Amino acid sequence: MDASQRPQLDKKKADINYILKEAPREQHFITGAQAMAEAVKRANVDMAIAYPITPQSEVMHLVGDIYAQGHIKEYYRAEEELGTMSAIAGAARAGVRLFTATSGPGLLRGLEAIVSWSGHRVPAVLGILTRVVNAPLSIQPDNIEMAYMMHCGAVMLHAENQQDTFDYTLAAFAITEKVDVYIPVAVATEGFFVTHAKGYVDMTADDICLNDFDPVAAPVPAMDNETPPARIQRDAPVQKSNFMSYLIHSVWQQEIWDSNKRAMKYIYEYLGGPIEVQNPEADVFVLGSGCAAAQCREAHRYAQEDGLSVGFVKVKAIRPFPTQEIRDALKNAKAVIVPEHNIIGWLCKEVKAAIPNGGIVVEGPRVYGGMTLPVELIMKEIHTALGLEYDLKL
Amino acid sequence: MSLKYITPAERFKKYLPKDYVELVDYGPFGKTQDEAGPGNMGQFKELMEEHPMCSGCWMAYYIRLIFASLPQPEETVTLGTAGCGRLAISQAAVPFIYGNYGDQNAMASGLTRAFRLRFPDKHKDVITIAGDGGTMDIGFSMTMHSWIRGEKFTTIMLDNEVYGNTGGQESGMSPKGAILKMAPLGKKGEKMPATDLAKAAGCVYTVRMSPTNIKKAAKIIRRAIFVAREVGPTFIHAYTSCNIEYSIPTEDVFADAKEKEKTRFQFEEYMTDEAKAVIERVEAEEKAAKRAKKAEVV
Repeated sequence: MDASQRPQLDKKKADINYILKEAPREQHFITGAQAMAEAVKRANVDMAIAYPITPQSEVMHLVGDIYAQGHIKEYYRAEEELGTMSAIAGAARAGVRLFTATSGPGLLRGLEAIVSWSGHRVPAVLGILTRVVNAPLSIQPDNIEMAYMMHCGAVMLHAENQQDTFDYTLAAFAITEKVDVYIPVAVATEGFFVTHAKGYVDMTADDICLNDFDPVAAPVPAMDNETPPARIQRDAPVQKSNFMSYLIHSVWQQEIWDSNKRAMKYIYEYLGGPIEVQNPEADVFVLGSGCAAAQCREAHRYAQEDGLSVGFVKVKAIRPFPTQEIRDALKNAKAVIVPEHNIIGWLCKEVKAAIPNGGIVVEGPRVYGGMTLPVELIMKEIHTALGLEYDLKL
Repeated sequence: MSLKYITPAERFKKYLPKDYVELVDYGPFGKTQDEAGPGNMGQFKELMEEHPMCSGCWMAYYIRLIFASLPQPEETVTLGTAGCGRLAISQAAVPFIYGNYGDQNAMASGLTRAFRLRFPDKHKDVITIAGDGGTMDIGFSMTMHSWIRGEKFTTIMLDNEVYGNTGGQESGMSPKGAILKMAPLGKKGEKMPATDLAKAAGCVYTVRMSPTNIKKAAKIIRRAIFVAREVGPTFIHAYTSCNIEYSIPTEDVFADAKEKEKTRFQFEEYMTDEAKAVIERVEAEEKAAKRAKKAEVV
């Protein structure tokens, strides 16, 4: 049976503001993978394309299940990651709502297609369930692939836990489809730590879903030969090396990064802003994103119990990067500790570049290759920054 | 597509680009093959502007032929990849998607399925047109898997037996022994058996040919498209020489194409019973329509 002939479920369609902010919610105890798939279920996705890689597979298995239940119209396993990401780009030209997900090496295999999504104005949502990038071979969590993803024009959100994964994924569909954005939105969270662990998630009912995708409300027409202006060569390559080639490419690239910046107002609208700040008058701050933010939150709690002057910043949006928000939050800081789940410290580099006194940034602690981030390591840095002794016991 | 979209209001006509008006007045959209087929392709400037390919390019000729043969240009989307071909394909008046290296069949898979979701009652023809490198080397996995999955679109390989656009490197489709860049001692392996691979992978209609006969070539292109609409993946493997890298003098390009017809590009047509039924039905319908029209004129 053709996908178009499958019976559709009778669901109530609603605006994203209603779904995210007003619809009644019920608490569930589910994994991060389930939370992402449940968000996809409520996003009224037309088509999902899957390819397995640990630890992402769990998400796309569950998306397959919800396709079988009729919540998604079309779903298939593609040949490999580049084929998956290219098929998403092809389907986007026809004007449908799309979802796929990947992890670590899979993201790198598909990266050639992914980096062209923004330039091709592909409004798709990409789940990144983070994992080590080889070698030596490992399937463990680590978020180094996000460093490679940061420069392709896509909007990037980094979820701390299962609840964030649900909310950010739903919001991502709304953000990517805004006419003044219309570039892909990636929602990242740590593989295993979040994807395979359970947490409490407040969810809306699954008989309410997002309004249908409207391919006409787009800055570029769908290539369906139905949407005026017809017969425009939307994707003609920029020919050879000459001034026009340079001009077209540069103007388009600037527009993509402007689109990325324009996503910020929707990050405020749907996620309450790109950062969360606690104890803004503190001397020392711990700042993190994703799972590292959860550990920073714990360290902040310990510090409060000990009466230390410590503040907390969680970064929700990696792209557009909240430069001004972080600068404002840290304007009186004497030290900023940036724990991370990767070896190169991509978040630390971004924070250093964002504030005028980058020398106050403490690089680390960092763990990678699958290790959890002990709160004690963060406490050690807090004590050092405050000039206090700390007896580190792991 | 409603042809209304491309028809300008009469009073605005004089303000529109001449090319656009010509497209509407003289283009092949909404016309039959007799009115606008390959026999008349010289009169349709809009099919393709003066092409940017090398003098005597056999590929440019074949690309024109593809566009002139489309059953419904107003409902067709083409996809291509890096290579000489995309220079000409992208300037025809049919939507063209330029993806990444060799991923045209993966993109076409997503596009075709999405079209079927949005337009279940319409035929939207999807055709990938790529070189031998894009189809059989860099895009090999994506080409094969689109066939194995039974994706309903047409794959056309413009086989010039070399990487023309990057300067003449050997490809999987270069013949054994050919001395080419990156094969300075002659190519070691055999030319890949493209049509055999297509059949094994599930293509329901495959043709290998040197398109020296315009009418026959046009018929093959249309057959491939009609069958893909209803049955499954179809594949045309066509010889489109690179007269630059193989040093074929411009005046000898046609003779070379004729020569290849006797050797590596002997005509071979394969179809499943289901594909045959579609071809017989469509061609009978076309003949009947033609007869009816003749009778009307008389």
